[in-house]
Amino acid sequence: MTETRIDRRFKACAEQGRPALVTFITAGDPDLETSAKILQAMPAAGADLIELGMPFSDPMAEGVPIQLATQRALAAGQTMDKTLNMVREFRKHDDDTPIILMGYYNPIYVRDPLVFVKEAKEAGVDGLIIVDIPPEADDELCIPAMEAGLNFIRLATPTTDDKRLPAVLANTSGFVYYVSVTGITGSANMNATNVAASVNRIKGHTDLPVAVGFGIKTADDAENVGKNADGVVVGSVLVSAIKDSLDANGAATEKTVSAVTDLITSLAEGTARARKS
Amino acid sequence: MTTLANSMRSGPDDRGHFGIFGGRYVAETLMPLILDLEQAYKDAKADPAFAAEITSLNKHYTGRPSPLYFAERLTEHLGGAKIYFKRDELNHTGSHKINNCLGQILLAMRMGKTRIIAETGAGQHGVATATVCARFGLPCVVYMGATDVERQKPNVFRMKLLGAEIAPVTAGAGTLKDAMNEALRDWVTNVDDTYYLIGTAAGPHPYPEIVRDLQSVIGQETREQMMEAEGRLPDVLVAAVGGGSNAIGLFHPFLDDEGVQIIGVEAGGHGLEGQEHCASITAGKPGVLHGNRTYLLQDDDGQIFEGHSISAGLDYPGIGPEHSWLKDTGRVDYVPIMDTEALEAFQLLTRIEGIIPALEPAHALAHVVKLAPTLDKDKIIVMNLCGRGDKDVFAVGEMLGFDL
Repeated sequence: MTETRIDRRFKACAEQGRPALVTFITAGDPDLETSAKILQAMPAAGADLIELGMPFSDPMAEGVPIQLATQRALAAGQTMDKTLNMVREFRKHDDDTPIILMGYYNPIYVRDPLVFVKEAKEAGVDGLIIVDIPPEADDELCIPAMEAGLNFIRLATPTTDDKRLPAVLANTSGFVYYVSVTGITGSANMNATNVAASVNRIKGHTDLPVAVGFGIKTADDAENVGKNADGVVVGSVLVSAIKDSLDANGAATEKTVSAVTDLITSLAEGTARARKS
Repeated sequence: MTTLANSMRSGPDDRGHFGIFGGRYVAETLMPLILDLEQAYKDAKADPAFAAEITSLNKHYTGRPSPLYFAERLTEHLGGAKIYFKRDELNHTGSHKINNCLGQILLAMRMGKTRIIAETGAGQHGVATATVCARFGLPCVVYMGATDVERQKPNVFRMKLLGAEIAPVTAGAGTLKDAMNEALRDWVTNVDDTYYLIGTAAGPHPYPEIVRDLQSVIGQETREQMMEAEGRLPDVLVAAVGGGSNAIGLFHPFLDDEGVQIIGVEAGGHGLEGQEHCASITAGKPGVLHGNRTYLLQDDDGQIFEGHSISAGLDYPGIGPEHSWLKDTGRVDYVPIMDTEALEAFQLLTRIEGIIPALEPAHALAHVVKLAPTLDKDKIIVMNLCGRGDKDVFAVGEMLGFDL
């Protein structure tokens, strides 16, 4: 594959001597208009890469915060068309910040994977993270995505041992997403020492950047994990900030966008400190 | 019985597919566990001691073989084909679910697992799981939709008596699909010690194969008992299909017998026009959920519907992948039965044969009621009476307006 926005962004962060901050929101949460505003405001707040969740009715790997975000988005009428449109609109103002669509296979499968990867590429998407399609099924989505010019980013987990790691890494590009705990998103805090050992183990198998997610909640977490990870992924606390900013009827308020951007700015201070001490 | 060169009974392939259906669509954290399970099951199948232990427990603990009963009065009443019931409702715990649970808990122990989790809809699988956990002394957590906890109170209490912890699930509509999501979330968190004891012939490979193999005792016994009773195989098999474990258990040993017509009965709920039903095969389309590709009730954007059925055990928007394949190959026909028809069949069987069926097989029975009168008297129907109705009497009483 030729160099992608994701490759360029990780390289740029490395040159600046810091880990990349990867931020997640669910597309359409709490409504399409507010979600689009948050998306547009994320890079200036300090997000280096953006993961945009494609809402799915049955998010099996998500903890309560992202489950609720998904439900808010679906209740507000979010669809795959609208999610792809959000990316198209974002690209009118930002040609550098990578966007990775994250979600589950079924909404892509019913659309037809070959059609979907072309639409996503055309909309300005850079990569895909699809939770429930393992390397054993690479022919269905991963290979078509690569051929369309999208990075297909795989999750490696504490259960991915050295024997299995080569299979997981084989068709991975862009970066490797290390899941810091066995569990669901937004679960208990990870152990930074164990995570560092795991990141180093993965780096022994690949030259790709390794980003770490699941359980990173504060700027201090981002700083600690970012000492040897190439990227730090934050999601559940951001969608929880959205939830906490809503009014009694669950509608967005004037605080909703800034609730997310303020938190991103604080997390970015954590990643900026990571290599300084 | 020999396996034919072009057998319908040879699936799944080594990637867990039945045609395009099945497979292993799970998060990476679970992949090594699923691969371990696949290997452990292969080893167990090759070990005669594993089969011997299941056979012994089936006989002495469950009470197998279950009788094949000629329903004489119902046959007379309907005035057509002879109707036999495979009486798996007489099993210990009251349904076919125990067949699967015994085999899987032996497998879990072979793998050194020390904690069992399960999902349940009607509570029959939860009760069977809690039972085998009590029998073998393992802790058990059962995920059950909050809606189902409410409408299946007798089974909730049974599980608690058996020592299981009940985890009510409030996400979504609080039914079987949501319970399965939550069980998967538990498994992905507790990877070292926990065995996920799936109750139906669905989920990622190798579960559909394991559950089918363990339930196939139903069909194997039926063949032998039918040969003894009538000296020939039946003309028609009928079974209710939610996830489809009792049905695949009855059907699988007969798939290569071309003369045997096979019918799966789906929950038609309030009718197939809206979303108030669970007829995944009749009204759904292929998709990927809970680890496998299969027919699913979903919208054009791939969002899964909650579904509805009077029977909590059929209240699932998908179906086991082998059924999806059997539908597409044309080997098995799938038909819907509405809530009201199932409720009528429930009452009919109770009064005419003195058997209170669960609402799940009442769906199969409602189809038998339609089918039998259209067939000659020398034809034979076997229906899987896969569960007893004790758990449903309060809910049915309310629906019929009794003051309980």
